[in-house]
Amino acid sequence: MKEKIKIQNLTASYNGKSILRNINLSVIQNEILAVIGPANSGKTSLLRCINRMCDFIPEMDVEGDILLDGVSTFAKRDSTVIRRRIGMVSPLPVGLPMSIRDNVTFAPKVAGCKDPVILEEIMEDCLKKSALWDEVKDRLDMIATKLSGGQQQRLTIARALSHFPEVLCLDEFSIAIDPVTTMRIEEILKELKKEMTIILVTNLNFQARRLSDRTAMIFEGDLLEVGATKDVFSGNTQQQKTKDYIEGLFG
Amino acid sequence: MSSFKSTELLKSKVSKQKWVESILLVTTFALFIPVAAIFLILLIKGYPAINLNFIFAGPSNGMTEGGIFPAIVGTFWLIFLSLFFTCPLGILAALYLNEYARDNTFTRIINLAIINLAGVPSIVYSLFGLGAFVLFLKMGTSILSASLTLSVMNLPVIITSTRESLLAVPKSFREACWNVGASKWQTLWYVVLPNSLPGILTGVIFSVSRAAGETAAILFTGVAFYLPFLPESIFDQCMALSMHLYTISTQVVGVPESYTFGTALVLIGLVLIVNTLSIVVRSYYRSHRKW
Repeated sequence: MKEKIKIQNLTASYNGKSILRNINLSVIQNEILAVIGPANSGKTSLLRCINRMCDFIPEMDVEGDILLDGVSTFAKRDSTVIRRRIGMVSPLPVGLPMSIRDNVTFAPKVAGCKDPVILEEIMEDCLKKSALWDEVKDRLDMIATKLSGGQQQRLTIARALSHFPEVLCLDEFSIAIDPVTTMRIEEILKELKKEMTIILVTNLNFQARRLSDRTAMIFEGDLLEVGATKDVFSGNTQQQKTKDYIEGLFG
Repeated sequence: MSSFKSTELLKSKVSKQKWVESILLVTTFALFIPVAAIFLILLIKGYPAINLNFIFAGPSNGMTEGGIFPAIVGTFWLIFLSLFFTCPLGILAALYLNEYARDNTFTRIINLAIINLAGVPSIVYSLFGLGAFVLFLKMGTSILSASLTLSVMNLPVIITSTRESLLAVPKSFREACWNVGASKWQTLWYVVLPNSLPGILTGVIFSVSRAAGETAAILFTGVAFYLPFLPESIFDQCMALSMHLYTISTQVVGVPESYTFGTALVLIGLVLIVNTLSIVVRSYYRSHRKW
């Protein structure tokens, strides 16, 4: 049981308003950790701290530290290195205004890979992993923004895989796509788990139950509890609030 | 199944709609009239003067005969040299202000300065150019001083149009790039700049017209009423179409009317030719607009 990510005393505020308080949380290698909790609890902010996107938000103040493989990520000056090791899928699909091929090869290119053969391999591999290959293999030079919402979301996942991340963060990836596609992506995530560590932020409690090994509950900036998913969803929660949330009494 | 019947309310809405539409049409047409009139008058009155001699010869006989070649050359110098200074400076400044600068007092002061710079009358720029470039930096009255004055005048135009077009690129594109480990500069270079180019070029087009048509700003800084020779370097004085037009229409007696209108026609034609280049590039990028 290797700790891939270790969040230590993480406290964050936005414009002086506290959004995360003293979070201590470990993510174990090759697990799927679901993060659940009502809206405005700080789930997305937590992900932004993990891949240091918080650097780009001037209003956000962050304290504490996050260790990746035991090494502090906050101490690194160049945060792009961190983001190359952590893939991120945002809630709304974003196809970059370039061809499908360029979308998937963008990350390897900016990381310095120039060999067209390797780039082509990466692209095919990532598009297959995200279950998009069959639909787009004949029109790889088409502008990605013309794809449908669901296709763009799978493209976003392909892009997040294209820089070979060790950790994949998914922020409510399924809110813009249909149930069938969601199920397909969930199957893919189960496969990907063998290669990487996955953090799944979700509003769908069923999704957390289906996919995750452990579940963390965040409520109004506090980490209420983290435990094995089967325990959390079978009523063995440490906190009454978690139980109420899962049973749909609030949230 | 009952058929749809138009009610009294609907009828009044339709007639209101027609009213609004016709008012908008009339205003648009009113806008078109002066533009069309200018072109027509210039063409009718100026066309007889246009011939090879008019374009490729210098003025002679106290500017009442000959051509306007030195003025055309001078205007070209001013346009391109001022663009050479303004474009890099303005675009880079806009990039910094939009993408890198934090929102603090310093940035706000700069923003205020840019807005104010855009409102300064051109004759004031001319005096500034005289003081700063001609006298203080000892460049003398030269193409260089005049171009620098024009570039200072055009800076707010380029900065504002560049900033607007950078803002038009959705933030989600930037975040998507950052998320896969692209640096800020890579994001700008590969995604933001290519998509804001049409807007930036609109600012460039506007600057060209301002540089070509400006008279006051170059009055004290580098443009002569009459020069018997062509400028050989940027440290020479030059003639300019706009200034020449002012001179022959107010300062010189006995200039044929067709000469004045011909000069104006050439000035407008020249601006159109220079702008065509940027318009072609812009429409290419617009037609490939990707979202």
